[in-house]
Amino acid sequence: MTDTTSNEGQGAPVDGPERPGQLREFWFYFRENRGAVIGLWIFAVFAFLALFGPWIAPHDPTAQARDFTLLPPAWQEGGSWTYVLGTDPLGRDMLSRLIVGARYSFFVGVVVVTVAASGGIIIGLLTGFAPKWVDSIIMRVMDIILAFPSLLLALVLVAILGPSLTNAMIAIAIVLQPHYVRLTRASVMSELQKDYVTSARVAGAGLGRLMFVTVLPNCLAPIIVQAALSFSTAILDAAALGFLGMGAQPPTPEWGTMLAEAREFILRAWWVVTFPGLAILVTVLAINLMGDGLRDALDPKLKRS
Amino acid sequence: MSLLRIRNLSVDFATASGAFRAVDAVDQDVDTGEILAIVGESGSGKSVSMLALMGLLPWTATITADEMSFDGKDLLRMDTRAKRRIIGNDLAMIFQEPMSSLNPCFTVGWQIKESLRYHLGLDRRARHARAIELFEQVGIPDPEKRLAAFPHQMSGGMNQRVMIAMAIACKPKLLIADEPTTALDVTIQAQILDLLASLRDETGMGLVLITHDMGVVAETAERVSVQYAGQKVEEQPVVDLFATPHHPYTAALLDALPERATDKFLPTIPGVVPGQFDRPKGCLFSPRCKFADAKCKATPPPPLGADLGFARCFYPVNSDERIAS
Amino acid sequence: MLNYVLSRLLTFVPTFIGVTLISFMFIRMLPGDPIIVMAGERGVSPERYAELSAQFGYDRPVYVQFFEYLGGVLQGDLGTSFVTKRPVWDEFFTLFPATLELSICAMIFAVALGLPAGVIAAVNRGKFFDRALMSTALVGYSMPIFWWALLLIIVFSGNLQWTPVSGRIDLLYYFPDPTGFMLIDAVASGQKGALFSAVRHLVLPTIVLGTIPLAVIARQTRSAMLEVLGEDYIRTARSKGLSPARINGIHALRNALIPVITVIGLSVGTLLAGAILTETIFSWPGIGKWMVDSIFRRDYPVVQGGLLLIAVMVMIVNLTVDMLYGVINPKIRKR
Repeated sequence: MTDTTSNEGQGAPVDGPERPGQLREFWFYFRENRGAVIGLWIFAVFAFLALFGPWIAPHDPTAQARDFTLLPPAWQEGGSWTYVLGTDPLGRDMLSRLIVGARYSFFVGVVVVTVAASGGIIIGLLTGFAPKWVDSIIMRVMDIILAFPSLLLALVLVAILGPSLTNAMIAIAIVLQPHYVRLTRASVMSELQKDYVTSARVAGAGLGRLMFVTVLPNCLAPIIVQAALSFSTAILDAAALGFLGMGAQPPTPEWGTMLAEAREFILRAWWVVTFPGLAILVTVLAINLMGDGLRDALDPKLKRS
Repeated sequence: MSLLRIRNLSVDFATASGAFRAVDAVDQDVDTGEILAIVGESGSGKSVSMLALMGLLPWTATITADEMSFDGKDLLRMDTRAKRRIIGNDLAMIFQEPMSSLNPCFTVGWQIKESLRYHLGLDRRARHARAIELFEQVGIPDPEKRLAAFPHQMSGGMNQRVMIAMAIACKPKLLIADEPTTALDVTIQAQILDLLASLRDETGMGLVLITHDMGVVAETAERVSVQYAGQKVEEQPVVDLFATPHHPYTAALLDALPERATDKFLPTIPGVVPGQFDRPKGCLFSPRCKFADAKCKATPPPPLGADLGFARCFYPVNSDERIAS
Repeated sequence: MLNYVLSRLLTFVPTFIGVTLISFMFIRMLPGDPIIVMAGERGVSPERYAELSAQFGYDRPVYVQFFEYLGGVLQGDLGTSFVTKRPVWDEFFTLFPATLELSICAMIFAVALGLPAGVIAAVNRGKFFDRALMSTALVGYSMPIFWWALLLIIVFSGNLQWTPVSGRIDLLYYFPDPTGFMLIDAVASGQKGALFSAVRHLVLPTIVLGTIPLAVIARQTRSAMLEVLGEDYIRTARSKGLSPARINGIHALRNALIPVITVIGLSVGTLLAGAILTETIFSWPGIGKWMVDSIFRRDYPVVQGGLLLIAVMVMIVNLTVDMLYGVINPKIRKR
């Protein structure tokens, strides 16, 4: 894997035949892990619901059926097949809210990972290449951010910015970023020791080319794994913030917010509490399964064990 | 009755692409007080057969044998608990990498005393005294202080001495040394080999020396067993083997020794040891053998008699002169 | 070793100043003027505003305010809560034992179950036990713990009526709390049933807070054990004829513990983040709930001081873990 990308680094334009080979090899290892494949399928369903939720949901997720509040799920006594998973205290259809809610979690994951990863990778690359004093300053700043428990820091950040889903995403992205910085820096440091970087230098590669074309592709494996794991962390944290009333605001059918709204009914109507949490758990579990599969398939050190 | 007696031992590894035979129908005897060398290239299964004897192979390995007895006890049909009382006690082994073969988290003294307590049940004072005695026996200076050292604080040669001290702690009847000098400096190598030989003289234990170094064999061993691709291809007393090898592989190995080179170029054996997928149907050495013909390639040769070094060959070398004389 | 300790302590100083700066800046950035918030519904006259502003030092340049704050922090003065009018320092240390008690119990729960689970899974690699344990661990790792808490409440407090829903002890019992640790104080009070009541209150929060560390420890222990079990010295231990229990439990585990202890130490931050949710759900009067309440009440000095104290605590724990790492890893100790 290292060799093919380093060829590009030296300005060799031929990378045609290697690409599919790498991908196929990756897929071979990924497919060996049954859990990862199951996770991938669940994630595909989740992504599908996130994209097309409003057209699939049987009801309008905010429409309140005043005559049918706290209806139990269809299979339980008093349930109705019109509202398969029952209704919440305001008579809104649980199933529709869950389906439409998928897009909020998905959105949070995508945005947070994109922001945190791109920011973190760039800072990490800079620290890897920068003089030592810049490196130590940036790493100290990251230490400082990491000293605060992530959820607490996100909570305070949201309190400053004002409670909303967007601000929750910004806060979580800031909190997750140092992990990417550290990870990128560590891999850049170890890659810089290797001969192919030296040869690229000797061949006259500029700093920008060295950073983004020569070194970065070889650091991507652990970063991709981290991206999968922080996707699930982002979903969990956003739901936790929603649960504490600092994330998405009602009546948004975000899963954490739905749990917060349902809290007072836990002993009367189990379904309003159970299903949103189950949705979070299944989604996060699927992503973590995928993350484990990615790690096994991408990490050459663990590959053969 | 020999100390160790192995008949028809085979070891198969389950791999992702099917079974792989690492040891194929090997017979081996070791007598008390004897030094046997097992020689072969990497991957010839010389370590695996001994690891199988010790029960140290991973669970992917399947071991089959007609007989595997040590000191009159049948190791094949023994339960694991009883076998653990023999392993490390009467039957001990040392390994190739002394630095990584000792546990980095415990002092070397702790690791030696563990065996003494486990097998011999000595009390604390007796353990300490015996550990010091052992360190002196293997030539570790300042034993009192060294007992409290961690493996990473000592050199590779010292660690190998610790390994030897640990292996002979319970006065084993047979010591198996798996390439004990490969990872060490040349000067240290000679010291360790001398140590092993002198320990054999003192204690009268049997010694199995696994190596790929013909020099080591010539210096130390009394009898030599040559393995190739999992099979024992020849076995002879050391002097006879060097004088009149019978299997073409042994002959080629000896020709490749720099000391014996007559030409400007060192002779080599072309090709590599057959792997999992290119195992020949007939003689395993036939693809690399200059004497091989159609018969060799079609049918596997059975071992010959003792006068021809049990060589697995249809056309043993040095046979004519031998018969004639 | 001494150099190592000193260099670690030296990096502590700039991080500490940075943490102070960040928590100081938060109060300047929070929406709403703190003085207006403090005045409440009645509002405040311009003269009174200026007077209060001077009293809290808000009229001076920001950097002067920061150095005054830093000086105060070093003397243990973190300001006074707007709401209770008590010093933040005092409030923190009144509530801290509750969080510490819960955290310790959660950690014991996580280590006591996670370590053996990881070892058993590694030893039975690829077999049923391994798969079952690791699947469970992954579920625990993925668990939204606020939902997990609600589920446990539904089952154990709702359906089975075994455990109470909130607080640290039944209102029936009242006794002085010299240590702040309910379990110790309950025993010390000598009141019958007090300890049992305290334990019943503690069970669910402990499980909830310990779930994620438990999963993390089990996974980490397994992978560390798998790595160690392939090492040469394990083969040596087997060649000594030792029992599998001794090989796995002493030779392998001792080595596997080195990375695991690091993970345990690093999960203290996670534990405090989890305490925020757990304490809020179970109305556990610790610093997590205190922080959330203060954020909602806009009690700035508390948010500021609490943030700082929590961060400093995490830093101290991380430092301790680093030192401990030197102790458990002989390769570092003797260098």
